Amino acid sequence: MSRIAGRFQQLAAQRRTALIPYIVAGDPSQDATVPLMHRMVESGADIIELGVPFSDPMSEGPVIQQAHERALANGMCLSRVLELVQEFRKSDDTTPLLLMGYANPVMYMGYKAFADAASAAGLDALITVDIPPEEVDDINAQLQRVDMDNIFLVAPTTPEERISRIAAGASGFIYYVSLKGVTGAGHLDMEEVTQRLAAIRRHSQLPLAVGFGIKDADSARAVAAVADGVVVGSALVNAMAQTLADGGNSGQAIEAVASLLGEIRQGIDSAAS
Amino acid sequence: MTINASKDLYAAVPDEQGRFGPYGGKFVSETLMAALAELEVVYSNLSTDKHFQQELDHDLQHYVGRPSPLYEAKRWSDSIGGARIYLKREDLNHTGAHKVNNTVGQALLAKHMGKKRVIAETGAGQHGVATATIAARLGLDCVVFMGETDIQRQALNVYRMKLLGAEVVSVTSGSRTLKDAMNEAMRDWVTNVDNTFYIIGTVAGPHPYPMLVRDFQCVIGREARAQSLAQTGRLPDALVACVGGGSNAIGLFHPFLHDESVAMYGVEAGGHGISTNQHAAPLTAGTPGVLHGNRTYLMQDSDGQIMDTHSISAGLDYPGVGPEHSWLKDIGRVNYVVANDDEALRAFHKLTKIEGIMPALETSHALAYAETLAATMTPEQTIIVNLSGRGDKDILTVAEIDGIVV
Ligand SMILES: Cc1ncc(COP(=O)(O)O)c(C=O)c1O
Repeated sequence: MSRIAGRFQQLAAQRRTALIPYIVAGDPSQDATVPLMHRMVESGADIIELGVPFSDPMSEGPVIQQAHERALANGMCLSRVLELVQEFRKSDDTTPLLLMGYANPVMYMGYKAFADAASAAGLDALITVDIPPEEVDDINAQLQRVDMDNIFLVAPTTPEERISRIAAGASGFIYYVSLKGVTGAGHLDMEEVTQRLAAIRRHSQLPLAVGFGIKDADSARAVAAVADGVVVGSALVNAMAQTLADGGNSGQAIEAVASLLGEIRQGIDSAAS
Repeated sequence: MTINASKDLYAAVPDEQGRFGPYGGKFVSETLMAALAELEVVYSNLSTDKHFQQELDHDLQHYVGRPSPLYEAKRWSDSIGGARIYLKREDLNHTGAHKVNNTVGQALLAKHMGKKRVIAETGAGQHGVATATIAARLGLDCVVFMGETDIQRQALNVYRMKLLGAEVVSVTSGSRTLKDAMNEAMRDWVTNVDNTFYIIGTVAGPHPYPMLVRDFQCVIGREARAQSLAQTGRLPDALVACVGGGSNAIGLFHPFLHDESVAMYGVEAGGHGISTNQHAAPLTAGTPGVLHGNRTYLMQDSDGQIMDTHSISAGLDYPGVGPEHSWLKDIGRVNYVVANDDEALRAFHKLTKIEGIMPALETSHALAYAETLAATMTPEQTIIVNLSGRGDKDILTVAEIDGIVV
């Protein structure tokens, strides 16, 4: 069984919701990323989503855009991201890892080369924001060859017949984008999220994770009540950036993420009980 | 009527997936897929609807001022001593560039879809002005995204847009030029997709935009073809147009694609020179990749990151190009060449002095190449250059380069 399926199964048995933090690889520095990943696991992360920096992150709000810019300024690139994955795996062979990024860097490396390198590094799944099901065949063939999951997004605007098509090709879990907008936006509508998750469940047995717009323990608790996984990104990236802007060092920035993640973990677990 | 094979070839793209050979497609986030599907359906119904076409033709005639003249630049041609050069005068359109042909069309689509708010990205500001103009006429809310760098170098157009009632949003991410304005417009669209129509200004973006923008701009080539036959009794030997995203070029080229005797030249911005890496010439010096919803030639580094571009003209300062041009390059139907900043500047001054026509700096790239090309041809031959826009907006830029305080 894949690490992702195994993790969701284990959490379901414990009646717990997965906490999935997102950070951008190389932000605030290349050296900080792997220690930050381990610290997030200690603070309650079940799966880690690592952003691959891109020059034109079209789906991101300002907080994550700036993280992409910082990471690129630090010399981050896709092959280096895979090296960080490999480094993380040396001391953690169980936490599922997924990359989230944009099509072009992966396409430029080549789907086959990417699949080979990523699976050798110990990566479990990929999300490409700008490769919808219509464009996915080529990359899917390569990811399937190495048993890697390709995680599909469902949006508030996705019609139900399209959900059923997406569900038919999905593996790992389905990622529900909880709002019309970019990452970090603040207009989460729980009633709509609940209805949409129910619609997805009519078409898929896969675990459902919800992301975009979850920023603290309260919003995480609300989402955890209806979802199998909660993705938190901008709030963590912002905590890190704020700490550094206030004169903190990289260790303090990591601790700021750990402490916010700990609160969110508590929020989620209080929803389950 | 017999349809020859090559005509079928050009009519067959894009396919249902929006592909031009291996280029094009719909590489956008899931949130936008439903909006694109809706636009496809609306466009495919309206583009064959007689009333819609009549409405569009009416606007093009009475509001834009079409047809635009095909003007023989006699003094300029004489000064070169080669082919006779004709200028397709898109600069005489309302708002001063070809951009308005497309804006009028997309605004009509927005109206039919009941959208009350339109957004646009702009580089030189011509597309922004054209969009703000149509929005004023139709009473739509209008927001234009423009890179901070371009806001500085196209200050006159920024003020024009504000006078027209548009909000101009300064984009400070990335390279602060056209590509970043497009990123920001996409972000706005994803957020306001229910009530907003995104009027893309060139033949780029996800399907169906490259197709519908092309269709709206083809009025240029259709007119030019008929005018050439009427004025010279024959088709031109060559067409020349500048290529930013590629809308004025495809608009001129497309109706001639099956005329095998007509050579075509798309002129990219060579900036400081291709060898300096400071240019905006993806077809000449780039490789295929995905940006802004489609697969096309891009300027990118060895990690697939999009590179900063440079051009003296804001409207050509873009690292990608419409996917149909990538296909036309690969199949060899169109030649893609470059003109550098200094060559464009010389052409700007020359046409202004010798014909009394002040071209946009974007257009000046096409003029610079046309001059070189004409010199290799004979006086029995003709070239049509797309005079895509007028140069008023660039006067301050030119003055600054020439060291003159206005
Ligand atoms: C006058 C003029 N010509 C050309 C262009 C380049 O765009 P395209 O390549 O889409 O025609 C612009 C863009 O702003 C323009 O203003």
